[in-house]
Order: sequence, then C-alpha cells, then structure tokens
Amino acid sequence: MKSKYVFFALLLFSSFPVFAQDDLLDLLDETDESVNYVIATFKGTRIINGHSTKLRNKKALEFLISHRFGRINNGIYEFFGLDEANIRLALEYGITDVLNIGVGRSSFNKTYDGFVKWKFLRQKTGEQRSPVSMVLFSSYAINSVRSEGQNINFADRIGYTFQLLIARKFNSNFSFQLIPGMVHLNAVPSAEDDNDIYYLGGGLRYKLTRSLALTMEYYHRFNPLTSTETFDLIGIGIDIETGGHVFQLMFTNTNAPFEKGFITETVDDFLDGDIRFGFNISRTFQLGQKRNW
Amino acid sequence: MKSISLLVLLFICTSVVGQKYISEKSNIVFFSSALLEDIEARNEKAKSVFDADNGDFVFSIPVNQFQFAKSLMQEHFNEKYMESDKYPKITFRGNVLDFEKGVENNDVWAEGKLEIHGVKRNVKILGNLIFKSEKLIIKSKFIVKLEDYEIQIPSLLFQNIAEEVEVTVNFEYKRYEK
Repeated sequence: MKSKYVFFALLLFSSFPVFAQDDLLDLLDETDESVNYVIATFKGTRIINGHSTKLRNKKALEFLISHRFGRINNGIYEFFGLDEANIRLALEYGITDVLNIGVGRSSFNKTYDGFVKWKFLRQKTGEQRSPVSMVLFSSYAINSVRSEGQNINFADRIGYTFQLLIARKFNSNFSFQLIPGMVHLNAVPSAEDDNDIYYLGGGLRYKLTRSLALTMEYYHRFNPLTSTETFDLIGIGIDIETGGHVFQLMFTNTNAPFEKGFITETVDDFLDGDIRFGFNISRTFQLGQKRNW
Repeated sequence: MKSISLLVLLFICTSVVGQKYISEKSNIVFFSSALLEDIEARNEKAKSVFDADNGDFVFSIPVNQFQFAKSLMQEHFNEKYMESDKYPKITFRGNVLDFEKGVENNDVWAEGKLEIHGVKRNVKILGNLIFKSEKLIIKSKFIVKLEDYEIQIPSLLFQNIAEEVEVTVNFEYKRYEK
C-alpha cells in the first residue's frame, strides 16, 4: 500500500518537468541570460547646454554647431536678439563606445575648449542590473581674448570642469539626470571670489512624440562669484530628430554653450526675462564599420 | 507493485528525453533594400527548439541584439521602429509540416504564429530541415511587410527603409537532454 503512494508521488514529481516544458517557448526563456542595455536615455550629447550621458559610439564623429542669439528682450531694434550671434563649433569623436573626446571653439570670450567623457556604468536590465548610467566628464576652457596693455599669464586664462553625470531612464518617455560637479578657475576677478565653484545640475527629457521631445535644464551654484553678478543656468528646449540629425531648439540665459562659461559667467537672469533663443545642430558621421562580421 | 511502478517511472523518464532539439548556434539576418541605401543587420542571440516527435517548432529573437553597421541606425531600429523596450522579442510558435525523420534533407513548410512588434499573425514559411547524425539544421528565408506588424516609419526620418524586409533564419541544433 505504501509503495502505491510512493508511486503516485513519483509520478507527480516526474511528470512535472514534462508539463513545464509543454510550451517550448518557456523552455527558451529558461535558458535566457541576456543583458539588456537601456538605450536612448538622451538623444543628443547635450541636454541643452550641458552634457548628457549620451556618448558617440566607436568611430562615430559628430560635428556640433551650437548657436545662441542675443536677448529676446532687446526688442525689435535687435530683432529680438537675432542680430547677435554666439556660435560654438565642435568636433567630437568616439574612441570607443564608452570613451569620447571633443574640441570646440566658441565666440564667447574667444574660448577654445576640450573635453574627455567616460561612461563607466550603463543602465541595464536582465541578468545583470544597473538602475543608472554614470559618466565622468572633465573639460578645460581657454579664454583667448587679447589683453590690451596688461600681460595675462596663459595659465590664468584657463578654467577646468570636473563633473559626474548620473542618468536614469524611468520609462520609454522620461529620462532624468543629475550633475554634481565643480569648476576650477585659475584666476578669479577678485580676491574674495572662490577659485573652486561647486554646483549641482539637473536635466530631463520627456518624449512628446516619436521624433519630438521636451528638455529642461537647471544648474545651481553653491558658491558663485561674488565680485560680479552671475545667475544660475536655466534652459527649456525641444529635441527634433531626423535620421542622422538631432536638432535642438532652446530658450536659455547663456551665450556660452560650454561648462565653464555657462556655470561661472552667465550674466543674464532668466527669471527677469533675459532669455535667449538658440539651437544645436549635430551631424554624425560613421567613420568605420562599428563591427566586423 | 514495485516493479510496475518502476517500469512506469522508466517509461515516463524516457519520454521526457524525447526527440527535442535545442539551438546552439543561430544567425538571423535582416535585409532591407531601398533607394537610398541597403541596410543589413545580424543577430546571433536567437534561440530555438524543435520537437522531432510532433514537429513543434519555436524560435525567439531578442530584438535589441541585432547588430547594424551604423550604431545610430541600430538605435533608431530599436527605439522607433521595433520599440524593443515594449516588445523585446520576435517569436514564432508553430509546426513543421510533412517532414520525415529518415530523410536527411527536407524542404518543408512551417505554419504558425509569428509575433513582431507585439502583433501576432498566422504565417506559412518555407524552410529547409537537415538531419546530420546528432545534429539538426533549419534554414529559412521569408519576407516581412512592416505594415502587417504596425511598424511605422516616422515621416521625419529621411533614411529610406523598404516597406518589406527579407529575414534569413539559420539555426543549428543539438539534442536536448535534461
């Protein structure tokens, strides 16, 4: 009698895997061990003015044109700021999928800048998980305006930026990024100014349609320069995507689309109406095959 | 009593082993030929199971594992066309009709449901089934109409993608034992 129970128990037990494998697709899911990287957290390498966690892929070269016009509240005589143009031209290149370098030249203070961007963590789901992407970013900026009469050291013209970008794509429409960082200025206008200016930035992207997204950006400085009046950076924009381009239109209060400039030298008060129109156009060229088959 | 139960148990065990084959290598090629450019992508992460007892045949292709020559294209493919975060897999679940186990090379039809971009459709695909000692090879080539699977091409995208793409499927199997 006892053996009967054992028999049924065994029958139940042994038939279990048969049922579990009844659907062959389930069998495939069992052996699934893929890692899914979250893509398209941000579509541009910039959210508006500041960098995003987006990097160019290996062997991709991006030509980026950033244009910032004059203040809209200058009125009709200046054609709402369009008479004044500040441009930054830049080339950015993907050494690998996680390491990018770039150089740029801006009208603002005739500045040359260069940066290195390293993505050391990618948001992913599946077998290995990571809730956020993280990028280390460092740049320098050299003011090359001729000094009339006085002799300025080359070193005194340089400012450095170090920041960490932490981004998360919460769902297919909404991405958010935090940017803690600091700008080090080799020379400051007055002795009471700090050489190291600390800040925390925030940025977001909200997808409105498949090709259109709303972007916002804000950088709060904890110890801004005190000898001159400067303001926190604010930006509101939209991303328009077309094939190989991302076209970004924005309203912002800076005319310096690089870190050291817009963090330490923004003299316009967005909340007081000193707003500028601007755009970023980027064109990406794939210089080699990403992968050989 | 004991011997009968053992016998039954033995019978069950052998039926579990059965005639299932599981893929160990795969190669899926997606090819689109349009006016502006030809686009090709490859995927080696697909998986498949074939049951030689009853012809049950399934495969599953992770959409985000398609490798394109241009990385931007890969992103567009995932984000805009296939929406791979919402629909991560292309699956087929069906039956291979009229194959013979004794015959080495079978030209066969497979009938079943193909799911792409969250849309399931009944399809009939022509393929090739090759038995090689302990191994099995399945090959197939078929056309997918984007419209059938509600895959829309955003009007702002200038890159031309054909309305029909050719999909080539290659699986190499080994006997599945557990």
